[in-house]
Amino acid sequence: MEPAVREKPRLLPALWDAAIAAGIAFLLFCLVLGVRTVDGVYGLTLQPRPVLLAVVVGIVFFGRLALNLFWWDRDWRFPPLPFFSRTAKDAKDRAPRDIYRVGLVLIGFAAVFPLLGLVLNKVFGANLPLLYLIDLSILVLTYVMLGWGLNIVVGLAGLLDLGYVAFYAVGAYTFAILATTFGWSFWMCLPLAGILAAFWGIVLGFPVLRLRGDYLAIVTLAFGEIIRIVIQNWTELTGGPNGISNIPEPSFFGLEFAFRGDNTFHQFFGLPYDAIYGSIWLYYIILVMALITNAVTLRLRRLPIGRAWEALREDEIACRSLGMNTTTTKLSAFATGALFGGFAGSFFAARQSFISPESFTFIESAIILSIVVLGGMGSQLGVAIAAVVMIGGFEALRHTDSLQLVFGTGFDPTLYRMLFFGLAMVAIMVWRPRGLVSTRQPTVTLNKDAGSISKDLVSEGSG
Amino acid sequence: MSARGADTPVLQVEHLTMRFGGLVAVDDVSFEARRSEITALIGPNGAGKTTVFNCITGFYKPTEGMITLTQVSGQRYLLERMDDHVINAKAGVARTFQNIRLFPGMTVLENLMVAQHQMLTKGPARALGSLIGLAAYRQAEAEALSFAIHWLERVGLTARADQAAGDLPYGDQRRLEIARAMCTRPELLCLDEPAAGLNARESEELNGLLRSICAEGNTAILLIEHDMSVVMRISDHVIVLDHGSVIADGPPSKVQNDEHVIAAYLGVPDEEVANVEKEVGA
Repeated sequence: MEPAVREKPRLLPALWDAAIAAGIAFLLFCLVLGVRTVDGVYGLTLQPRPVLLAVVVGIVFFGRLALNLFWWDRDWRFPPLPFFSRTAKDAKDRAPRDIYRVGLVLIGFAAVFPLLGLVLNKVFGANLPLLYLIDLSILVLTYVMLGWGLNIVVGLAGLLDLGYVAFYAVGAYTFAILATTFGWSFWMCLPLAGILAAFWGIVLGFPVLRLRGDYLAIVTLAFGEIIRIVIQNWTELTGGPNGISNIPEPSFFGLEFAFRGDNTFHQFFGLPYDAIYGSIWLYYIILVMALITNAVTLRLRRLPIGRAWEALREDEIACRSLGMNTTTTKLSAFATGALFGGFAGSFFAARQSFISPESFTFIESAIILSIVVLGGMGSQLGVAIAAVVMIGGFEALRHTDSLQLVFGTGFDPTLYRMLFFGLAMVAIMVWRPRGLVSTRQPTVTLNKDAGSISKDLVSEGSG
Repeated sequence: MSARGADTPVLQVEHLTMRFGGLVAVDDVSFEARRSEITALIGPNGAGKTTVFNCITGFYKPTEGMITLTQVSGQRYLLERMDDHVINAKAGVARTFQNIRLFPGMTVLENLMVAQHQMLTKGPARALGSLIGLAAYRQAEAEALSFAIHWLERVGLTARADQAAGDLPYGDQRRLEIARAMCTRPELLCLDEPAAGLNARESEELNGLLRSICAEGNTAILLIEHDMSVVMRISDHVIVLDHGSVIADGPPSKVQNDEHVIAAYLGVPDEEVANVEKEVGA
């Protein structure tokens, strides 16, 4: 036998195939797109649209031709992404070091970015839209923190929670009510908000954690909605649909960021008033809160309780056979996740200075969950990257002119957010079903240079 | 006080009955497992071995009967009244599974650390101390780690300590599951078909491991086995189940020659067949 020589894609069959596809497209579209009914003076008339039809059929023809010639017969593959290496072996060799490094670089950048911007603007006279950038970063960091909080429940313990926003709401309303009724400060209310959210996590968890998988997901979904509807209807306490306004911002060691007042930041430091100082302060608060969430999660993973969560995700029956009380273990995961949700919620209330039930709809839960799933369940870095891309990415798109050039001046990409979310989800599920960062770091090793574990072996949990 | 439990059987099963609706899976089974012995529970398919096992380890609640576990200290537990995880945590009964249930995405060492969860979280000093790294917890953790390493060496998995458990070959997974059960420091180790799927050499290693566990005297072994040759070689005491009832109970040599057992495993003996044939005039 002769050695197999790769045949060049043949033009004629490809043309024939594309023609058939175009023919089918023509049949399908000739009535759907080819004619339009117009409600005219003399009743309905048909308006032919041959150009549109031709364009659509042409797209099908050339698209099919291109697929035939260049795609299905290709003998090349996508090169592996430089950092997110695909194979288990690659991941084993380089992931732990790389993840650590990338994490440090990102944290370092996050820590200096507002101050750097401030110096550039004030000293060197650069004209960065710093207020906007910092506000956006605060939003992104809030979602990073929520993602990390939910990661404890979904990524580590493997419990599918579709109602995480409930704890966010509890935290936000706890702070809002305490601050507006008793005038308590942010720093006093923050722990209370977290504890109350964790308490509600336990209250929810106690009856429902005997459910598993889909059933658990449905009940947590319902819980999220129940909390929202209670808030919406308990008008005396929560203000109902009107929400709560005039929530105070966190002070800087007793100094307010207001324009006027007895004890304001800019007067104390003898600076001209600028709204940016308040924003930077908020930025550092949420950055520190998010990093605390991360540090606590990383620490917990190495402790018996964190290992118990992961073991629970891997095999619940085996856990019980080893004497582990799975109910309290699940509850602790739920409560810890809720705790951080509550912290993030009270920060949200302080930052917005106005909250209403509309901020806590199911779509928020869905966004947080998709950040966790896209980033890679259980992976801290993956969740952070997913939050930056999903939340920050769309905002950034809004301010690029290139999309308006393509789609017309009125194009607002944020309106298509859900569409992009869906597309990103599908793409990730096809190419990286375990999320962006798809390795698991062992929590204890004998050898220092032990590699990470491929996610193919790690289970997602079933309840 | 301390030696009171040493003479009594570690496990006493009395009149155990388990019904699933109309099906009687286990019917009035009574037996004992003595300390420092390997007790084997054998029988043909569907004899009710695994059901007895699940009753002992709390995965089923028996319909009738009493299961008593006596620890070395003399402390007695009625297992039929306890939840599955309490049976392990308090009474000290550990088990393995017929189809191995490891934590596949965690490393071999992590599997053994998870098994010591009880020991690491006992008492508020350790549970809370772990969060801030108190000395009490750090000491317990070091102890747990060295115990895990000890078991890694005994089952010969030290070189694979940092590999994912799901990556191990089948025989290693079996041994790891036994090591993991032993890391809960049990009084009674229940093994569900430990030799299933092992080759001759692995099976021989397993026998050595079980013998050594038993010889230390802290842990009694109760095992289910299908393979008669394995059972006859390593067990001190054999209980044969058939159709949910005990049909023989005694040392392997005696059980091996028991005609009920032979009948249950091989069908009726030849002369009986000949007798029946004579009677019907065939």
